[in-house]
Amino acid sequence: MSQLSRRHFLTGTAAAAAALTVRAPSVHAQKRDSTVRFVPQADLKVLDPIWTTAYITRNHGYLVYDTLFGTDEQLRVKPQMVETWSVAARGLRWSFRLRDGLRWHDGQPVVAEDAVESIKRWGRRDPLGKLLLAHTAKLAPVDRKTFALELAQPFALVLDALGKPSSNVPFIMPARVAATPDTEQIKELVGSGPFRFVKDEWQPGYQVVYVRNPDYVPRRDAPSGSTGAKKVAVERVVWRYIPDAATAAAALEAGEVDWWELPPVDFMPRIEANPALTTFILDPRGTQGWIRPNHLQPPFDRKAARQALLYMVDQRQYLQGVIGQPRYYRTCAALFSCGGPWESTAGAPPGQDLAKAAGLVKASGYDGRPVVALDATDIPLVHGAALVARELMTQIGFTVDLQAMDWSTVVARRAKKDPPAQGGWNVLFTWWIASDVINPAVHAGVSGGGAGAWFGWPENAEIERLRLEWVRTADRSRQKQLAEQIQRIAYDEVMYIPFGQVVQPTAYRRAMTGVLRFPAPLFWNVSVG
Amino acid sequence: MLAEVGRRLLATVPVMGVVAIAVFGLLHVVPGDPAVIIAGDYATAEDVARIRSKLGLDRPFLTQVEIWLSSVVHGDLGTSIFSGLPVATLIKQRAEATVALTVLAMLISIGVGVPLGVLAAWRQGSWIDRIVMVLAVSGFSMPVFWLGFVLVYAFAISVPWLPVQGFQPLAGGVWAFLRHLILPAVTLSVVYMALIARMTRASMLGVLGEDYIRTGFAKGLSPSRVLLRHALKNASLPVVTVIGLGVALLIGGAVVTESVFALPGLGRLTVDAIVRRDYPVIQGVILVVSAAYVLINLVVDLLYVVLDPRIRF
Repeated sequence: MSQLSRRHFLTGTAAAAAALTVRAPSVHAQKRDSTVRFVPQADLKVLDPIWTTAYITRNHGYLVYDTLFGTDEQLRVKPQMVETWSVAARGLRWSFRLRDGLRWHDGQPVVAEDAVESIKRWGRRDPLGKLLLAHTAKLAPVDRKTFALELAQPFALVLDALGKPSSNVPFIMPARVAATPDTEQIKELVGSGPFRFVKDEWQPGYQVVYVRNPDYVPRRDAPSGSTGAKKVAVERVVWRYIPDAATAAAALEAGEVDWWELPPVDFMPRIEANPALTTFILDPRGTQGWIRPNHLQPPFDRKAARQALLYMVDQRQYLQGVIGQPRYYRTCAALFSCGGPWESTAGAPPGQDLAKAAGLVKASGYDGRPVVALDATDIPLVHGAALVARELMTQIGFTVDLQAMDWSTVVARRAKKDPPAQGGWNVLFTWWIASDVINPAVHAGVSGGGAGAWFGWPENAEIERLRLEWVRTADRSRQKQLAEQIQRIAYDEVMYIPFGQVVQPTAYRRAMTGVLRFPAPLFWNVSVG
Repeated sequence: MLAEVGRRLLATVPVMGVVAIAVFGLLHVVPGDPAVIIAGDYATAEDVARIRSKLGLDRPFLTQVEIWLSSVVHGDLGTSIFSGLPVATLIKQRAEATVALTVLAMLISIGVGVPLGVLAAWRQGSWIDRIVMVLAVSGFSMPVFWLGFVLVYAFAISVPWLPVQGFQPLAGGVWAFLRHLILPAVTLSVVYMALIARMTRASMLGVLGEDYIRTGFAKGLSPSRVLLRHALKNASLPVVTVIGLGVALLIGGAVVTESVFALPGLGRLTVDAIVRRDYPVIQGVILVVSAAYVLINLVVDLLYVVLDPRIRF
C-alpha cells in the first residue's frame, strides 16, 4: 500500500476541487408589487385536500381548485362552478349545469364527469359526503355540462354538502385525477381555480408558490366568502412558512412579508401599535375548545363521572388561562357554536359547581386510579386547557396523570381504545373551527355511534336517530327543535365539554387590501401596494 | 493516496449500516403512527388499517428493514409519506442552506476564534487574556435563539441592514446569498468561536513553553513569525480535531438557527419529519448526515498529514 504524504494530499484535493462543478438552479424573477407574501399557519406537506383534513391543505385547495357551490359570509350557500340547478320529485331529483368558460389548468374544459367523479371521491372520505352518498341512488353525467343526482331517500343538506366550506371541501378535480383511490394521494395537481400551483418552486417546510391563472373566468356577482367573483389582482402568491412566531412578527414588521395568517394573541399589542400593520378577524365564529372524556374506560364510562367534569368547568377560567385577552374569546354553551344558525343553550348546566362535581365523583364510585389526560404541549390552546383541567380535576377528587407529549403522539394515542395503563387514555383536549361544529351533520362531537364515533366513542342510539332525522328534514323549525334535542342529550351524556370559543385575528400590512371574511384565507380580491 | 482514501471509505460502510438499522429500530419504538395522522379525524379503524397497509407499515419489522436497506443500497432513499416527494429531492432542496450556513459559521468561528486564542496565549495572564476568556465563557453561555433574536432586532428591525429571515441560493447572486446568511452564521458561530478560542489558547500555551520557541525568540525572529509559523502550526492538531468535531456538530446544531431565521435547511427538515413521523425522511436525513460526519472525520485525519509531515498512514 502506497503511503499518503502531504504532497499527495494537496495534489489530490486540488484535483477534486477542480472537478467539482455546481449547477446553478434557476431563480424566478418577480415583480415585488404583484406578489402577496404570506406566512401560513402551518407547513404545507400534503397537496391532496381530499386525502387529508388538515386546514393548511384546505387553504391550498381554495387557490388551486374551484367548488360547485360556495359559502358566503353569512353561511349562505351560493353557486360557484354551477350556473343553474333544479330540484324535482319533492327534493329527490337534482340537476346541476356547469357555467361556461370553466377550464382546467392544462387548458381542457371542465365537464360534468369531472364533477361526478370528484363528488364520489370526496364522498368516500368526508363524513357529510358519506351521508350524501348513503342517501344517493344515482349520481351521473347527463351531458358534457350537466349532471344529475337522484336521492334514494330525502336528504336536506344537498347544497350544504356541495358548498361545505371546511375540511374536507368538495373541490372539483379532473375525472382522471378524482379516480385516484381515496387512500392514496393524487399525483397530478391540475385544478380549475384562480391560481396555479408551481410545483418546481414548492419546498415543503419553506415555500409554496402560486401564480395567477390567466384563463380563469370569474363570476360577475360581488365576492363574499368563497362565493362570487374570484378576481385575482396579483401575479403571484408566495407562502413562506416561518415556524417561529417572533421571527414571523419581525418579518411582518420589516415588510418582508405582507400577511401573517395566525399570529398568537400575545403578539397583538405590538402589531396593533404599528401604524403600518392592521388586524382582521377572518372567521368571527372562531374556534371551539373541547374536553373529551373516553366513554369506554373507567371512570368516564360512568355518566356521573362525566357529569363531574361538566360541573367542574368554568369557561372563563379556561379562556383566561389559554387566551388571556377577553376580546379574543367568548364563553359559549352552544355546542353548534355561538353565532351559528343552531345556537342554543339547551341542556347546558347553569355554571361551575365544584361541590356538586366533587359529589358526582364520589357517586360515580371512582376508585382513585390515575386518570390519564393527554397534554399536547406544542399546541398552546390545548396545553393551557390541560393545565387548568388538571388543577380543577384534582380539586374535585380525581387523581390526574397529565401526560405531556407532542400533538402527533396525541393523534396516535387518542385512537387507542385500550385501558390507560396499556396505552389508552381517559381525557383529551382538542379544538375545532366553528364551521366544523356548525350543525348536527358535521359535528363529530355529538355522534353517538359507539365504536364508529369520534375518539372517545360515546354510544347513544337516540342521538343517532335524531341526527339522521335532522339531515332528512327540510323544515327549518323542525331542524331547530331537533338540534336542541340533540344538544340536550349531548350535554346530559356529557359527550364532551366545550371550554369556550376563541377568535384568532390575522395581521397584514396596511398596503394590502381586499381580504375576505371566511374560515380560510382567500387570495382572490387581494391586492398589494 | 486514493487507495488509502478508498480503504477508509469502505470502512465506513459497516458504520453506516449500524447507524441505519439503529435509526430504523428507534423510529419504530417511538410512539406515533403516520397512518393515524394521515387518516385524519373522521377515519375508521378500517381506514387506518388500509393506509397502514398501503404504506407497508403493517409488515413485520425485519421485512420493513430489509425493503428499506435494499432501496438504500440501490440509491433510493424512499419517498416522503406526506409530501410524496423523493427523500433525495427534499435533501437536495435543503442541503445548500445547511452547508452554506455551516461553512460560513465555521469560517467566522475559525477566523475570530483562532486569533483570539493565539493572542490570549501569547499574553497569558494579561487583561487581553482575561477579556478573551470572558468572551469565550459568554459565548458558551449565550442561548443561540436569544442571540438570534437580539441580532434580528439590532440589524434587521432597528437598523434595517439585513433580512430577518429566508434564504437566497448562491445562484441568485453572491450578495443576496451572503445577506441572508450573515445573521444566522454569526448566531451559530458564537459558541464554536468560544470553543476554538479556548482550545487554541490551551494548545498554544503548551507549545509556547517548548525550547524551540525560546530558540526562535533568541534568534531574533518577530513574535508574529514565532507565533504563527512555529507555534500555531504545532499547536493546531488538537484545534483541527475540535474544528472537525465542530463542523459535525454544526450540521446537527443548526436546527435552532434554521428555525429562528426560517432557513430551509436539513435541521428543520428533520424536526418537521420527526413531528409528523415521516419515517423515510427521518431515516434518509440521518443517513446522509451520518455519512457527512464520517467524511468530516476522514478529512480531519487527512489534514493531520498536511499539518504534520511526520504523520503518515
